[in-house]
Amino acid sequence: MIQSIEVKDTVSDQRKKIHPHKFTLWVGLGSIIMMFAAFTSAYIVKRQQPGWTSFDLPVVFWYSSAVILISSVTMQFAVKSFKQREMRRYRQFISITAVCGLLFIGLQLIGFDQIWKSGITFRGAGGGQFLYIIAGLHAVHVLGGVITLLVLFFQAFNSKIRNYNSVPIEVASTYWHFVDALWIYLFIFFLWIH
Amino acid sequence: MSNEATLHGHSEVGTSHDVHHGEHEIHHHKETFITKYVFSQDHKMISKQFIITGIIWAILGGLMSVLFRLQLGYPDSSFPILEDLLGKWAKGGKIQPEFYYALTTMHGTVLVFFVLTGGLSGTFANFLIPLQIGARDMASPFLNMLSYWFFFLASIIMVCSLFLETGPASGGWTVYPPLSALGDANNGSKAGMDFWIVSMAMFVVSSLLGGLNYISTILNMRTKGMSMTRLPLTIWAILFTAILGVLSFPVLFSGLILLMFDRHGGTSFYLSDIFISATQKALPNEGGSAILYQHLFWFLGHPEVYIIILPAMGLVSEVMAVNSRKPIFGYMAMVGSLFAITILAFLVWAHHMFVTGLNPLLGSVFVLLTLLIAIPSAIKVFNWITTLWRGNIRFTPAMLFAIGFVSLFISGGLTGIFLGNSTLDIHLHDTYFVIAHFHIVMGVSAFFGMFCGLYHWFPKMYGRYMNNTMAYIHFWITLIGAYLIFWPMHYEGLAGMPRRYLDYSGWSSFNQFGDLNRFISTVAMVVFAVQLMFVFNFFYSIFKGRKVTSENPWGATTLEWTTPIRPGHGNWPGEIPEVHRWAYDYGKDGRDFISQTEPIGANESSH
Repeated sequence: MIQSIEVKDTVSDQRKKIHPHKFTLWVGLGSIIMMFAAFTSAYIVKRQQPGWTSFDLPVVFWYSSAVILISSVTMQFAVKSFKQREMRRYRQFISITAVCGLLFIGLQLIGFDQIWKSGITFRGAGGGQFLYIIAGLHAVHVLGGVITLLVLFFQAFNSKIRNYNSVPIEVASTYWHFVDALWIYLFIFFLWIH
Repeated sequence: MSNEATLHGHSEVGTSHDVHHGEHEIHHHKETFITKYVFSQDHKMISKQFIITGIIWAILGGLMSVLFRLQLGYPDSSFPILEDLLGKWAKGGKIQPEFYYALTTMHGTVLVFFVLTGGLSGTFANFLIPLQIGARDMASPFLNMLSYWFFFLASIIMVCSLFLETGPASGGWTVYPPLSALGDANNGSKAGMDFWIVSMAMFVVSSLLGGLNYISTILNMRTKGMSMTRLPLTIWAILFTAILGVLSFPVLFSGLILLMFDRHGGTSFYLSDIFISATQKALPNEGGSAILYQHLFWFLGHPEVYIIILPAMGLVSEVMAVNSRKPIFGYMAMVGSLFAITILAFLVWAHHMFVTGLNPLLGSVFVLLTLLIAIPSAIKVFNWITTLWRGNIRFTPAMLFAIGFVSLFISGGLTGIFLGNSTLDIHLHDTYFVIAHFHIVMGVSAFFGMFCGLYHWFPKMYGRYMNNTMAYIHFWITLIGAYLIFWPMHYEGLAGMPRRYLDYSGWSSFNQFGDLNRFISTVAMVVFAVQLMFVFNFFYSIFKGRKVTSENPWGATTLEWTTPIRPGHGNWPGEIPEVHRWAYDYGKDGRDFISQTEPIGANESSH
């Protein structure tokens, strides 16, 4: 009873054009962008300084880029299945997405390893060191997305509460597409400027 | 986006709020001590947690300044009690040089971040946003709670660093590398610096979580009729503050990550092959740029000063209109100037770096942009003064602090024009002139804004008034004291007296200021003692203050005064009131004030 009154109350009183949680996410993405903008600007500034060393981008980063692009597609399928209330397919798709995310992180680590073995360690402050930090932090953001997906995955198994509220999955998918796009930006950045 | 999805979204928010409705659900939902006072998701409780943590920090930070003022005022005396209290940091009753640097560093860090950012924004954004825009709570009460607990965690880590054997960070609050990156060069750059970085990282997380919430709450959760131009100026100021924080703190975070790698990973982002006298060796690093750090730091650091001052401006504008019984003069100009300050805040950071090797041409661009800030600032000052003009002024303590704020903001702002010039800065940089400038314009001013807000909204927060007699004493001594402390520093600075030195007595050009320093130190201690009286007043009044008996004791128009005297979680027992007019209908049509909830009359023009 109270619940239904409350729902009406909120809908009529507060003219929300966009769900506040989604909006919060968008603002949060703005702040993540600022963080990476700071890094990439530092990269550009630092490139002008003496002692800059360059590096070769390993081929494996192409694979990881492909994986994260695919994961965005499966994420989109997951949202679609959720909205059609096909929970089994939904669970399948978020599992695939999460596995893709982990695969992406694994491939990034392989890429780091290859660069490291080519002799570029933390010594110095060239493109390689920036790559470790920038791509490393990006991988941490992907990991955050994977954890979110795991939480959603287990919530979908909860048989007691039938929840067809699509906001959490939509927030997660926006975030997922964002880290995808962020990586593509960073990848192009590293390809272009090094 | 389908409508269906949006509606589901609404119901989700509605239900999650419902769980915490104190007034509605007092019989259904029992709150334990833990959920009510500790891990509370009620914005009002979170705001109280912020202010009390902030007060504890302010006492600590103030005490640090008393200690180093003791050294500056009495460089030749020794105080055996200090050795008893502080041990090796005050050997022989004298403050040791390393401790002195740690004190100034921590004083800056604590006051800038933990008191005037966390304590000020955290308190008033949390308290006023839902109450003044007409919302049950924040967009995400859970993130809001996390925001406080990250702040708390940051505080604990910073406090722990004070007890490290090698001492807390001591390279200045800006922690410039190379000093802050080299443990060999400075004890404070050992573990203390790591604690500082980790603590600040937690602080950044806290302020981001808070800021995201503030922005999305203000933009999405306003009650019916509350258009953006009907918002009280407090909310506008908090909105711009949050935008500044969300966009600038991540940049500091990036800068600190690179610093961490330079410290422990062996990278050379900031470090180059410099020679360290302690180890008699040159560093293996090559090509690092300390200026890169300064760019990253000040890209936050400058917006940070506006993060501190904008909420104070908002609080002052609101209190001033209420207590002048007049509409705020030039509402749209006030909003516009806040906006202009927000934009300019991102374009002036390099004026902190005029003498650190910045390209002089770039410097002159930054001079121009810096001086532009005088325009929105002057608009604001003009509007405050014209709000007072022919007002029916009630000199409540809050109002006195609001007027005091304007006075200090003018005094401190004028010296900003000196410092914004790159040529004058060659002489003035790193002198006491700078100290005087920023303490007046952002330190003491922001404190005045905070006091003004506290005295004004204390009845709403705790359902009791603070003691007026103590409040008046607090105001006058703080105002006079602030001028007596910082005004003479301008003279010292003009004479070239540099900041961050332990002892000036051996320096023939500056030992003439010995008496002046002693005077400043004495006043500083008196002012500090009066702040303790304020703290006493605050806590005493929570329990024993005079009770508030009416919902709207100040005769204000805004929504928070339409809630019950002690609002529960959810703020309004019934429906959220609808808003029909702007927040400043004072003295309209012969009426003292008209609440925002009152519909526009037949013969009335709407605003």
